[in-house]
Amino acid sequence: MSAVALQMVCVAGLLGLAVLAIVLSRSKVATTIIYAATLAVSAIALIGAARSLLGGAGATALVLPVGLPWLGAHFRLDALASFFLIIINLGGASASLYGLGYGHHDPAPHRVLPFFPAFLAGLNLVVLADDAFSYLLCWEFMSLASWALVMAHHREPGNAKAGYVYLVMASFGTLALLLAFGLLAGPAGDYGFAAIRAAQHTPSSATLVLILMLLGAGSKAGLVPLHVWLPLAHPAAPSHASALMSGVMTKVAIYGFIRVMFDLLGQPNWPASAIVLFLGSITAVMGILYALMEKDLKRLLAYSTIENIGIVFVSLGLAMAFQANGLKAAAALAFTAALFHALNHSFFKSLLFFGAGAVLSATGERNMDKLGGLIHRMPLTSFAVLVGCVAISALPPFNGFVSEWLIFQAVLQSPELPQWALKIMVPAVGAMLALAAALAAACFVKTYGVTFLGRPRHAAAAGAHEVDRFSLAAMFILAALCLLAGILPGLAIDALAPVATQMLGSRMPAQASQPWLSIVPIAESRSSYNGLLVMVFITLAASLAVYVIHRLASHALRRGPAWGCGFSDATPAAQYSSVSFAQPIRRVFGTLVFHARDHVTMPLPGDLRPARLRIELHDLVWSRMYAPIADTVGFLSGRLNRLQFLTIRRYLSLVFATLVTLLLVLAIWS
Amino acid sequence: MVVISDIIVQGVQMLLVLLLAPLLTGYVRKIKARLLRRQGASVFQPYRDLLRLLRKEVVLAENASWLFRVTPYITFAAIWVAAALVPTFATGLLFNWTADLIAIVALLGSARFFLALAGMDVGTSFGGIGSSREVMIAALAEPAMLLIVFCLALVAGSTQLSTVSHLLASSYVGLRVSLGMALVALFMVAIAENARIPVDNPATHLELTMVHEAMILEYSGRHLAMIELGAFLKLLLYVSLIACVFFPWQIALYGSGALSYTIGAGAYIVKLALAGFLLALFETATAKMRVFRVPQFLGVAFMLGLLGTLLLFVSRSF
Repeated sequence: MSAVALQMVCVAGLLGLAVLAIVLSRSKVATTIIYAATLAVSAIALIGAARSLLGGAGATALVLPVGLPWLGAHFRLDALASFFLIIINLGGASASLYGLGYGHHDPAPHRVLPFFPAFLAGLNLVVLADDAFSYLLCWEFMSLASWALVMAHHREPGNAKAGYVYLVMASFGTLALLLAFGLLAGPAGDYGFAAIRAAQHTPSSATLVLILMLLGAGSKAGLVPLHVWLPLAHPAAPSHASALMSGVMTKVAIYGFIRVMFDLLGQPNWPASAIVLFLGSITAVMGILYALMEKDLKRLLAYSTIENIGIVFVSLGLAMAFQANGLKAAAALAFTAALFHALNHSFFKSLLFFGAGAVLSATGERNMDKLGGLIHRMPLTSFAVLVGCVAISALPPFNGFVSEWLIFQAVLQSPELPQWALKIMVPAVGAMLALAAALAAACFVKTYGVTFLGRPRHAAAAGAHEVDRFSLAAMFILAALCLLAGILPGLAIDALAPVATQMLGSRMPAQASQPWLSIVPIAESRSSYNGLLVMVFITLAASLAVYVIHRLASHALRRGPAWGCGFSDATPAAQYSSVSFAQPIRRVFGTLVFHARDHVTMPLPGDLRPARLRIELHDLVWSRMYAPIADTVGFLSGRLNRLQFLTIRRYLSLVFATLVTLLLVLAIWS
Repeated sequence: MVVISDIIVQGVQMLLVLLLAPLLTGYVRKIKARLLRRQGASVFQPYRDLLRLLRKEVVLAENASWLFRVTPYITFAAIWVAAALVPTFATGLLFNWTADLIAIVALLGSARFFLALAGMDVGTSFGGIGSSREVMIAALAEPAMLLIVFCLALVAGSTQLSTVSHLLASSYVGLRVSLGMALVALFMVAIAENARIPVDNPATHLELTMVHEAMILEYSGRHLAMIELGAFLKLLLYVSLIACVFFPWQIALYGSGALSYTIGAGAYIVKLALAGFLLALFETATAKMRVFRVPQFLGVAFMLGLLGTLLLFVSRSF
């Protein structure tokens, strides 16, 4: 069986499981059966994709006699598709493993079970599709299946709005994609990717396609200002589905962008890369600032996804800029960095969403300001989440650092670019990335510190207990992957080489042959980083310190009450909360970005009214962009509503007037 | 054989920084005291403080978790490894090749990440205020630092400190506007990162003015000793960084023999003494600023770094 056929069988298996889930829906064993089977199928698909990427086998294609009558449905598995299938199915397998435990907490499993494997099937199909028609069909299928997951708990407050906004944005995105593919197919109308790839595209249509792809794929990935649905929809789904939406579905959008911009359009041009760089850097900084202001655990993670998508788009923009100027080695570096960051993000974002799910099932709370002290009650979960927080904050020796390091190395290659606009833009973009990375660390200190450390602020947090084995296993596997990809990045970079070769015709230098498993971006003399040695050194230094201290120092240890400045029985509510933790950063950035205002009502001495602090934050993207659009649509539909209630005479005159106008237009035109 | 001598030289460097770090802090304190016409404690007082802390018992808050207890060691180890990566008296040491300047920045970031978490662990308002202000300062200082790194990397064509130092030691580079900007910016970042006046005041225990000290308020005994030693090391690291990048005179080249290593070490100690004196002079001449003026201070560093980088992007000869 060819590699693509294996993947299609897996997809069929997933679709079959969706049907089985409908049949079983309300029986008690359904949860276990469906998640176990999904886990098995995802694992097979994962192995198949990994073999196809690492085995170096060429692309395999498959045509199914379904779809449009004269076209059929084309599917193809090449290096790029294999890489994204690895992300999808690894995410799918870990989410299924997590679901084996977490799924039992679900009050209405029949709302989740059929859509979970269907969603995975949709994700797989989008990446496999090899003609525009199948691509769009699968894209819609993926969107609808995920919409159903968003609406799984449709009675909870906010979820209906989330589903509605998601549906509108997804339809808008698909519309943009439809137009993009229409332009790509050209007047001949050949929707096969092979034909599009072979065709010549004029610069004007290429620019239009770029804009449409940024709208279509960008709205699914969460590029600012198209991100508004993401923090509503991702948290609304059950946590393992949130992990898939945030960790995996955004990657499928990135896949679509790469497929069109690097593969189908051929050689990119540099103004396009400037647009991508601009949007990416804005997205990175805005995403993490939103996350810093957030106190809902899952919404915070969704906003942080926006930041990471921005980072990936920045490095894709760099790759486009280098490729447009024929700087092959630098293009391969930036492109590999983008893919590596996408992979890393799928590891740690899934892990963090699983952690948030564990917190949610243990306490029933997503509001961080009601949590705290969970490190004592959920030690294993809190350890795994700590790994995820360190990794996502881009700290060595974990994986997030390696991909950001590669992106910074790519930024340092850009003085070679001949265009002045890019020369001036790239340092600013680098500065924005550095700012986003530093703010991400602040954000995850806040997240972890408020949720897991300190004293419980609420009864729910005080009575929490550790989650089940399956959930823990899923989290620990992902945590181990975060560490492995961080200390052995050379292997991952080498595995990505076929993708870069296929898309750009160049690759990074072979890392496996470097001494001591170091990684080098361009050549050894420029820079190198060795995650393994850094970890060994830190471990050695820490062990040495522990050994020496425990030999020499006093062992005496006493537990006592914390120092409270003479006011020792402060309530847990007096601890720093997520809102107060973010206050300095809100003052620095918030007044500019969110028009943030703090309103303090301080009663006079002797007055017994409580003092109050009210924080006013404005989402400017929403109020300046979406609200006017929504108002205009509302206004227009209100006006057009009258057309429903016309008399027959008026209808007839309307028809007559339209006819005359059309005829006039035709007459003048010709 | 080569590997063994490399390991010895590297080991000497790591021990040297560990032993010199408290001395540098004690020296700065002494100079400050003298500038204020006080007698001041002996320059060896930090060593005595460390030993005294080691002999004391640890008082842990009832609510402290395991993270609180391992953080001092993680922090110390991360800073020590970062300090080992900076060439002090010789370039091209064994560790210098394992990681570059960006990794050094990130290692210091790891140390701060864990310290800020530990500040939140006990669940008092002090830890929270310290942590939240510390990450605010870091969120501005770290990008400024990375821009300085970009600046250096564009001049030297590498982010590897050994290469940077080696290249700047040669007469090839000369005086440059961008390097001047980077130096000023690095000085400002170093002030902020080491919690010195005017950003923070390590000598007070007044709740409203302290940032770093508030964060580690709950630490005592051997844990506090590790954190203090880490802070001493961090100051030494930044001084070494400025010395090895901007003033790499007499720094020994890789494998150049015992004599030039000794000269390098001597030159290094002279540089430390000079830098310590200038730091003390600066600190006595300024007053601590309000917390919310720090962003403006660091904003200047950020802008200087960005300008320097932009100049280099525009033309390599700036």
